[in-house]
Formats: sequence, C-alpha cells, structure tokens
Amino acid sequence: MMEHLPALMIAVPLFGAFTAPLFKKHYREVSIWTIIITGITVVLSLLLAKEVVTGGIMVYVFGADKPTLVLPSGYSVPIRIMFEVDAMSVFMAISATLMSFIGALYSYSHVERETGLEKYYALLMLLEVGILGMVLTGDLFNLFVFLEIAGIAGSALVGFRNYRGEASEAGIKYLMVSSVASLMVLFAVGILYGQYGNLNLAYIAKNVSFNMVDMIALGLLFTSFAMKCGAVPMHYWVPDAYTEVPAGINPPLLVATYASLYALFRVSFTLFANVVIDLARVGWIMSILGVLTMFIGVTMALVQKDVKRLMSYHAISQTGYMLLGVGVGLTVLHDPSKLAEFGRDAMAGGVFHIINHIIYKSLLLMTAGALFYVTGTRNLNEMGGLARKMPITAISFMVGAAAISGLPPFNGFASKLLIYETSYRLNPLLTVFAMVTSVLTLASFVKVFASAFLGPPLEKFENTREVPKPMIIAMVILAALCILFGLFPNLVLDKLVYPAVDALINFAQYHSWGGLA
Amino acid sequence: MTTTIIRTTTKILAPLILVFGSYIILHGHLTPGGGFQGGAVFASGLALLIVANNKEKVKELFDKVPLSQLESLGALGFLGIGALGLMGYTFLKNVIANSDFLFGAPTPKGINPGYLNTGGTLSYLNIFVGTKVLAGLTSIVLIFFLILRRERDEW
Repeated sequence: MMEHLPALMIAVPLFGAFTAPLFKKHYREVSIWTIIITGITVVLSLLLAKEVVTGGIMVYVFGADKPTLVLPSGYSVPIRIMFEVDAMSVFMAISATLMSFIGALYSYSHVERETGLEKYYALLMLLEVGILGMVLTGDLFNLFVFLEIAGIAGSALVGFRNYRGEASEAGIKYLMVSSVASLMVLFAVGILYGQYGNLNLAYIAKNVSFNMVDMIALGLLFTSFAMKCGAVPMHYWVPDAYTEVPAGINPPLLVATYASLYALFRVSFTLFANVVIDLARVGWIMSILGVLTMFIGVTMALVQKDVKRLMSYHAISQTGYMLLGVGVGLTVLHDPSKLAEFGRDAMAGGVFHIINHIIYKSLLLMTAGALFYVTGTRNLNEMGGLARKMPITAISFMVGAAAISGLPPFNGFASKLLIYETSYRLNPLLTVFAMVTSVLTLASFVKVFASAFLGPPLEKFENTREVPKPMIIAMVILAALCILFGLFPNLVLDKLVYPAVDALINFAQYHSWGGLA
Repeated sequence: MTTTIIRTTTKILAPLILVFGSYIILHGHLTPGGGFQGGAVFASGLALLIVANNKEKVKELFDKVPLSQLESLGALGFLGIGALGLMGYTFLKNVIANSDFLFGAPTPKGINPGYLNTGGTLSYLNIFVGTKVLAGLTSIVLIFFLILRRERDEW
C-alpha cells in the first residue's frame, strides 16, 4: 500500500471535496467531514515523508502496471503522467495538509453564521488538492493543471463573503492574477514541449540546451511564479486577497502562495539546473528580488490601519526572506566549495523560513480573524483593551508577533539567523536590509498589540467573550508549534529541511527519477 | 425573449443536439471528442431548452433535477474508476480492457471501423466526465437565466 501513497494524497482530498456538496444544508456535518478528511491527509503526508526521507525519491506512474515503471519496455522517453516525490515536495506537502487541517478546524466556528458552507468546504479541499498536486507532480503540464485548480478554488474562496463588495473585488483580482500567471506558464510549457517533445520535468531538464527560446520559457516561468507568490513588484493582489478571505482559509491560501514559490524553486533548480553559466545570474535576480520584496512589503505595512491588511503586507515582506535565502544558494549552486561553506545553509534558512512563516503568519491572521469575529471590525483604531476579554488570543498573538519579528526562542529566529549569517557571506548589504526589515516588523507589531489588546477596556466591547473552542484549539496548536520549532530547530532541520535542500541541490538524482533510469 | 421562431427551432434541434452530445460522449474512445466535449454539446442542448421556455416552467422542471448531485456523482465515479486500478496495478490503470466486462471486449488488430464495446476504463471515464460537465455547465446557464432573465417578456 505504501507505494500508492502519492496517488492517495490526491485521491483522498478529492473524494472529500466531491462528497461535500452532497451534504447540502447539514453544515455541522460537512465541517466535521472536512476535519476528518484533512486529518487523514495529514497522516498520509507524514507517512509519505517517512518513506521519502528514508528511501529516497518516490516515483508514481499513473496507469502503468507498476508504480515505478517510468520507461516501459522499448521506450527511451517517459510517456505517462507521473508524480515524482522528493524531500522538497514532501516538505511542502506536510505544510499543505497541516494547514488545511488547521484551517478546517478553525472554520468550524469561524464561518458558522454564513450560508453555502458545503461549497466552502468543497473548495477548501479542492484548494488542498491543487497545492498537493503542484508540489508532488513530476510533469510540467500537470503542474499547470493543478496551478489552475488551486487558483480557481482560491479565488472562489477569496470572494466567499460575496455580500461584501470588497470581497468580490478581491476575488476577481485573484482570479485575474492567477489566470494570467497560469496562461504564461502554459505558454512556457508549450515552448518547451515544442522543442523537446515531452512534458516530463526530469526528461526536459536532462535535455535542455538553453537556447534563446528556452531563455524566454525560463523568463515566463520565473515571472509568473514570482507573480503568484507575491514578490514585488507583482505583489498588489496579496493584501486584497488575504484581507478579504475568511480567516479559516488563510492558512491553506498561504500554502498555495508558497506552492508557487516551490514551483519557482523547482523551475530554477531542477528544470534549468544544468545551465552552468547563467544560473548565478538567476540567483542574483532572486536575491535582489527578495531584498526588494521584504523592504517594500514592510514599509507598506507600517502605515496600515486594517489589522489583516497590515499582516498581509508582512506576508509579502516575509516572502522576501525565502527568496533571499534560496537565491543565495542558487547563486553558488555550481561552486562546490562555496556551496558547502554557506550556500547549503542559506537554502536551509530559506526553506525553513517557508514552514515557519506559514505557521506564524497563519497564527497571526487567525488571531486577526478572531478579533474580527468578536468585534466585527478590522480597524485598529476602533479596538482596544481586548487582552482582558480574550487572554488566549492575546497570548497567541504575542507568540506570533515575536516569531515574525525573529525574537528568540521562537521559530522565526531560527530561520532568520541562518539567512543573516549566510547572506552576509555573499554580500553584507543584503543582510543589512534583512535586519532592518526585521526591526520594522517588530515595530509594526508592537503597534498592533498596543492598539488592539492593551489600553483601557472600551465600553462597546463590554460583553465580548473569548472565541469558541475550535478556533482556540487551532490557534494554540500553531502557537505551540512556533515555540517547539524555535526551541528545537535541529529536530525539523535534520528531519525535513536539510533533506529538502539536498533534494534541490542533487538535481541529478531528480533527473534520473531517483535512479530508475 | 421567447418567440415562435425560437420555440419551433428548439423543437426540431434540441433532440438532435442532445443525441449528438450523447453520441460524442459514448464514442469518446473512438472518434474525436470525448467526455468534456460531449458534455458541453449536451449542455448546449439543455441551454436551448431553457431559453425557449418561460421562467416558471424552467424553475419547476429544474427543481426536480439534482444537478449538483449529478456533478458530484460524475467526479466520484471518475475517482472510483481510477481507484479500481489500485487492485494490483496503479491508479487509473486500464483494468477493464480485455476483461469481457461491459466496454471490455478485446480490440481487433488492423484497420476497422471502430467498435463501441472496447476501450475499458476510458469509456467509463468519458461517461463520468460527460455527466459532470453537462451538470456543471447546465447549472451555470440556469443560474444566469434565473438571475438575469427579465420578469416580463418585452418583445
């Protein structure tokens, strides 16, 4: 049964998604059903991680006699759709399943007053399917298909509160951005297919010659994935989408954004890894894009009054750290001594920051959702003194804010320190920007904490109480993970992050389907 | 917007379009087209029927048709057929071909006109995709019709 895990990772949430509309008006049952299904996928992804980390790359060929039959007898090229799961894919898959589970748990109470919930939960699971497909697939066209699934499910969820005009606007915006991005991806896939006659990632990567047309394809893929992961200057959709989406969808939507980041890494590390000369240039572009993203994101965040909008700008800014870390690694990918010296650690910092950021930013957005749930507003100027009424939310917020600002002993510190130390070796200026960004982040979160939670109790919030239990449980789980990852970073680094980084570095292994051909 | 012209044309064309849609779905493994295309053709026939009737009649009729359930059925059927391959092979493996089950007759070699009773899993997948697409597209058309339709015929 273990060899079928990659297929089950898609099949189980897909089954859940298509059963959900059959529940009709039984909203309580459908939310429990979603929690069960997403819980099962968490278990499946952990099993898959165990298999991949101990046994190396796992290949699943759909429709073949055996899951590992990449090249049927007599063929020298792969002809079927396949999933190719390495440690990096598994790392993203764990983030996706965990966050979908947390999101479903949180949604149980958070959206209980809304209608049309069977569609909401169906879309949540479809979003999960899209993310999982993107990160597990080993086929370029398949990547496009799952990108579309995630994009459409995501935009429908962003516009879920369609009685608010802003939500519809944000949904349309997200739809436009994702369709433009995925059309560009399709165009690039077409260019590559026209030249190499195959859609398999590993096969194309082995044969890529990097002529003029390939460069266009790389540019298109790079730009469209950077657009979907919210890098400056294509970040304009992020604040709208993250602000208007129900807070329970924020965790999976964050992972959907970083699935595009994963695709960006996959394209630059795996697809074009054989291109020795120009890869350093791509790495520099990625690092500088990262610095720009973090700095512009945080300066935009400082002036916001809407609590979720502020956090969304911080999400942009934190994406910059991941781009910086992995970009530094990409710059020195073909220089073994520098790679061993600091490149590998830089990438570990960037990759570790992905899961850290997903955890604490989900936590923060969910506390913002909790504030919205009890006060009915997101404007910071109208809140105050809520720490007395909502102690657990306040503590969760403090943990999240400390983590995002990179204070020890929370998880943000562990990954940011790795990035500071290693980017300094490439160019000290990069580190200066990264540290200034961190300080500004702390400043703006102190502002949020002071204006929402501290101060005298306001009369209009006399009767507010702590949010319901499922929301509290979801927040406490994430807060505990923040502290756990901060206290024992080696646990995650050794088990998940370094295998993922090595999977990206050892692209030859991916190109040969884990030694199968 | 319904006129005599639309009604008369619909009477002649709608059955033909529906039959043609089903034909494309069923012959998906033999001729160009397949589940998605056939489902779209079928849904366009239903769309013709929707615009040729007045709002009350359409509402009354489609209240009884479980469109969203049909859509779920299509997707779940696809998954189920895919999961059949897990018995010893891989997901989506064509286990029904050459099994003498319905659509499972062996395909003759050489030039032939194409036999409907072949294709195995493919034919089932086409049928399920067709179900999903026709239900989905019809409900989209129906929503637009019910929301945007003018209350009174102004023609």
